[in-house]
Amino acid sequence: MSIFIDRNSTVIVQGITGRDGSFHTKQMIEYGTRIVGGVTPGKGGQKFEGSVPVFNTVHEAVKATGANTSVIYVPPMYAADAIMEAADAGVGFIVAITEGVPVNDMTRVHPFVKEKGARLLGPNCPGLITPGQSKVGIIPGRICTPGSIGVVSRSGTLTYEVVYQLTRAGMGQSTCVGIGGDPINGTSFIDCLAAFEADPHTSAVAMMGEIGGTDEQEAAEFVRTRMKKPVVGFIAGQTAPPGRRMGHAGAIISGSAGTAAEKLASFEKAGMGIARRPIEFVEQLRARM
Amino acid sequence: MDHQSGEGVNIHEFQAKELLRAEGVPIPPGDVATTAEQAEAIARKIGGMVVVKAQVHTGGRGKAGGVKLAKTASEAGQIAAKILGMQINGLTVHQVLVTAAADIASEAYVGIILDRASRKPVFMVSPAGGIDIEEVAAKTPEKIMKLPIDTRYGLQPYQASELGFFLFPDDVKKVRAASRIMMSLYQAFMKHDASLAEINPLVVTPAGEVLALDAKISIDDNALDRHPDLVKLRDETAEEPSEVDARNSSLTFIKLDGNVGCVVNGAGLAMATMDLVKYYGGEPANFLDIGGSSNPEKVVNALRIITGDPSVKVILFNIFGGITRTDDVANGIVTATKANPLRIPIVIRLTGTNEEIAMKILKDNGFSASSDMDEAVQQAVALATKGGKAA
Repeated sequence: MSIFIDRNSTVIVQGITGRDGSFHTKQMIEYGTRIVGGVTPGKGGQKFEGSVPVFNTVHEAVKATGANTSVIYVPPMYAADAIMEAADAGVGFIVAITEGVPVNDMTRVHPFVKEKGARLLGPNCPGLITPGQSKVGIIPGRICTPGSIGVVSRSGTLTYEVVYQLTRAGMGQSTCVGIGGDPINGTSFIDCLAAFEADPHTSAVAMMGEIGGTDEQEAAEFVRTRMKKPVVGFIAGQTAPPGRRMGHAGAIISGSAGTAAEKLASFEKAGMGIARRPIEFVEQLRARM
Repeated sequence: MDHQSGEGVNIHEFQAKELLRAEGVPIPPGDVATTAEQAEAIARKIGGMVVVKAQVHTGGRGKAGGVKLAKTASEAGQIAAKILGMQINGLTVHQVLVTAAADIASEAYVGIILDRASRKPVFMVSPAGGIDIEEVAAKTPEKIMKLPIDTRYGLQPYQASELGFFLFPDDVKKVRAASRIMMSLYQAFMKHDASLAEINPLVVTPAGEVLALDAKISIDDNALDRHPDLVKLRDETAEEPSEVDARNSSLTFIKLDGNVGCVVNGAGLAMATMDLVKYYGGEPANFLDIGGSSNPEKVVNALRIITGDPSVKVILFNIFGGITRTDDVANGIVTATKANPLRIPIVIRLTGTNEEIAMKILKDNGFSASSDMDEAVQQAVALATKGGKAA
């Protein structure tokens, strides 16, 4: 009925007492997410909002709550450690919202998480939402509505824009996933596409990529060879000048790998629909369903 | 291979060489000068032939005449006088590096680049050095050896040796020297949180010495918080002033050539907004991401930077409130325009968190706003094209 999270996901929040962590924990609880605990070293034993138990370590939190998902709001210099702590404690799905994590930290984290058998989403991502069931991260719940479109994107607000337009057009979503804008992230487009292909409740996928790198081209190749469900793609940064980093660490055109033209050509080759503007997702998806 | 050069903070060649020297990389002696007199004095101290090299953040310095050989100290001074103040790819040369010239028997390339695909730093080495490595990669990929490094263990001596033998298949002495240099380069890469570190060329002298003649390092700017020493190396005179101003206001800003000034929250939406401006026949004047947190001060700074560009004919706000509260953005617009009334039209698109409050704030202060992105962009493009006046 969804990918990665559903109404049964039990979630702990690392950094629950921080500014961002506490704000978004309230939002997640309000949305219906099963927040079973939080972690802030030194604040173990407290209750967040009078009801959510706070622990000193992720190990303690997992032992006491049996959580299978963790969401991380700790500052960038501590994020890598927080991710590894969650993976080491046996959390199966880790969502790192933190922006600005040093990339070399992620080169250590990635193989560690993999060896522990966990899935990491992010960092520098808005998280994900399965409308009507659960949200983990910061995607505004009210712009989403339950349905059968899978959404996967490298960016935050652009995802909201597309989801908002889909919802307005009456096209609900199975799960919306933001994989994050950093050059090294845990979950790729392909991971999400494979999960959507396998999910019986997803009928089509909207994919928002950006200039820079070759992730979208590889994703298109996956669509061409491994997917039966229709996929519509969009590339942000079609008019961006080469060699300049557009906010996201990943969004830079360099050499021949990473231009919008190259990515759109790979979409075309894969038989994907192409949305030239965010609003075009609606008609492109509709034409393929 | 996804070449990530250009990402992060670029530091000058002389600074990169200092960082590498500290790790034990053999580099000919040299120092940086801002005047011809200083350059002459450095050359005199070094003695013999020197090279005078422009210190600017751009490639093609040699072709542009920014790298010259001098036989004597006084010639070094004369050359420095010519290079200082020179424009290379639009950047003014404020500093030159004066360094001892080395005799070259052969040139190689050694670099470490962060690779998205393998999610690791990757060593790239090639016996075809001294030229653009991307060109080598495109034309003669067999001349490049790539080796991804597991940063949990670091570069192992046997790996450095494998890379060394690729460069010098039949000279174990050079292999050892090159391997030591690669171990040091890796140390520098990790220690300073680089996203790119390269030595090009790595030369062998006729006497068999292995030396780094040129070096480039880019620092991952996500890591700058733990490297206050490296923040100081950033040369703001080598950057676009409005971009420096924006960075100091915690905004991500890139100046472009058009006339539609864009203020957007989030990098992806900011790029999509630029694309939509172009789609409707306009030209964006900039990329500007006010980021996730909603702080009216950021909006004030964004407006100041954008209106500082005389080519901007219309301002376009595109805000999708998630973490960003749209009422904060509305308050920022009101505050900024009260302090400095706008002389050009503004088109506002706001939707998301606290949208009703934001719309009321704007309306009460005489602004109109739309909640539709396409509509707002079309309106902005129309105003920019006919140079409209009304807000």
